[in-house]
Amino acid sequence: MNQNISAQKYWRINLKYLSILLFIWFLCSFGLGVFFVDALNNFKIGGFPLGFWFAQQGSIYIFVVLIFTYVFLMNRLDKRFGFED
Amino acid sequence: MSVQVWTYIIVGITFALYIGIAIWSRAGSTKDFYVAGGGVSPLANGMATAADWMSAASFISMAGIISFTGYDGSVYLMGWTGGYVLLALLLAPYLRKFGKFTVPDFIGDRYYSDTARIVAVVCALLVSFTYVAGQMRGVGVVFSRFLEVDINTGVIIGMIIVLFYAVLGGMKGITYTQVAQYCVLIFAFMVPAIFISIQMTGNPIPQLGMGDTLNDGSGVYLLEKLNGLSTELGFNEYTEGSKDRIDILAITLALMVGTAGLPHVIVRFFTVKKVKDARKSAGLALLLIAVLYTTAPAVAVFARVNLIETVSDKSYEGMPEWFKNWEKTGLLTFEDKNQDGKVQYVADPQINELKVDPDIMVLANPEIANLPAWVIALVAAGCLAAALSTAAGLLLVISASVSHDLIKKIFMPTISDKGELLAARLSAVVAVCVAGYFGINPPGFVAAVVALAFGLAAASLFPAIILGIFYKRMNKEGAVSGMVVGILLMLFYMAKFKLGWLGDTPPASEWWFGISPEGFGSVAMVVNFIVSLTVCRFTAAPPQEVQEIVENIRIPSGSPEVLSNH
Repeated sequence: MNQNISAQKYWRINLKYLSILLFIWFLCSFGLGVFFVDALNNFKIGGFPLGFWFAQQGSIYIFVVLIFTYVFLMNRLDKRFGFED
Repeated sequence: MSVQVWTYIIVGITFALYIGIAIWSRAGSTKDFYVAGGGVSPLANGMATAADWMSAASFISMAGIISFTGYDGSVYLMGWTGGYVLLALLLAPYLRKFGKFTVPDFIGDRYYSDTARIVAVVCALLVSFTYVAGQMRGVGVVFSRFLEVDINTGVIIGMIIVLFYAVLGGMKGITYTQVAQYCVLIFAFMVPAIFISIQMTGNPIPQLGMGDTLNDGSGVYLLEKLNGLSTELGFNEYTEGSKDRIDILAITLALMVGTAGLPHVIVRFFTVKKVKDARKSAGLALLLIAVLYTTAPAVAVFARVNLIETVSDKSYEGMPEWFKNWEKTGLLTFEDKNQDGKVQYVADPQINELKVDPDIMVLANPEIANLPAWVIALVAAGCLAAALSTAAGLLLVISASVSHDLIKKIFMPTISDKGELLAARLSAVVAVCVAGYFGINPPGFVAAVVALAFGLAAASLFPAIILGIFYKRMNKEGAVSGMVVGILLMLFYMAKFKLGWLGDTPPASEWWFGISPEGFGSVAMVVNFIVSLTVCRFTAAPPQEVQEIVENIRIPSGSPEVLSNH
């Protein structure tokens, strides 16, 4: 039974991580790269209009960071609950 | 030495390498054949996934399409990378924990039903076949342009190579050839990009060069110059879009979800040892893919500026050699409408005299920029690596679906491991021949359908897998009806609005919600979710042991070795 309760707790924390990371995923790609692209294009970094940069460069970098953040968080969580394989 | 000699040398060396690896890593059991023995390291799996994933479309077509569509081309960049976030967070770790060989395996067991298994097999085959035909065609195009053999001969050479290492090595052979192919293709993509970036902006990093100032001392930014050139010729500004935002959104989402639902990508995560490794190798795969995907938009900008500057308003007589070479292939055409002997390249189709197929931009780019012959040959080898690695991965999914999911699980459950291995090899042979046939006799709809394979994957497999992991009460009735409705809806929309099989193709103004066939996978996916959840509510909950499976896959510990005798 104990195992069961900690499994449920582990799953809830996992879902919390997922929702936060997927929110950022959505915000960076669909938010900055699509919905707000015109507004952001008024700003420049170097020769890039900012919205265009997010759509063609920035979002991809953020995706990579998101996955490695998840890997880090989950490895820590596995250890905390003793669920490593 | 000429480009052709260089191409023979470089392509020859890479092919010998792939064959050598295939002989070294032959498959001895079905476990070797389906999941490479289940002991691939996360880095090797990441590289193999990256090569598996990056097809001729990523290598040749994508930068070309972006080159001609500017901001609108972002859908491919975000769509084909964002899917890995979904894959790493929502699918890979749990499917690895589940520990089976194929996607239909998961769906069949999770939904305790052979109907679900067969529906999943049909979806997986439909997606993979549409995809693989395009790869064989890509191989043919490269052979015909650079080695000056007939396209059909090119396809057959490609078939023999793939046949050799897919049939002999199975997943094990494919995995290690894909590692080599990743190295070849990324090197081939980066070298010309770096050269051209230095040429145009003085910046050796293409990702930064794209946003840098020109090398001519004028202090003008490259993108500003391109925007100027584009508006001058009547095109949209490069950094602004022309597509509807709703359609951009739908296409991006369909590509992301489709990526996460592609069987040949998912199956790669069955080959690693642990759940932890599955997460990590998804991250590494995306990192390795991002190298090409962040360079592609830079290549697109360089190629576009170079093209306009080389051809616009210049005399046809003075066109460089590459121009004539590509004219021969029919992928670039010039028609002197106003008879002034000059090339008018403008947006207005009435006056425009030059048609350029987007597919040639990456291949012609090193020639347009006057790079040495060996760089051009390298690009040809890279393109072949991209097409062959993807084709091999797809063929494996096809053969596993037939030999494992149909023969072993449904028709002949008593078949021995040896017998199943033989069946797997035979189905791989048949699959290569079918793919080769489509490469030689491409039905007109192949090119159109490749992009839609993502819509099909998004509409059918993705929701069934996600619900299977995240919703314990999901039952077989819900999943099966969701998959069937999703894929039929997507097929109907494709047939009506893209392929014109149901009378004339209606104009874009009649698209539902203003969403193009390429983006419709998003809608069909949502419909799949709604149907699944509704049907599930009115039918019985799944048996207790299935609910226990779901609880079990949510926790990494105690993941079984991928079983060889289940």
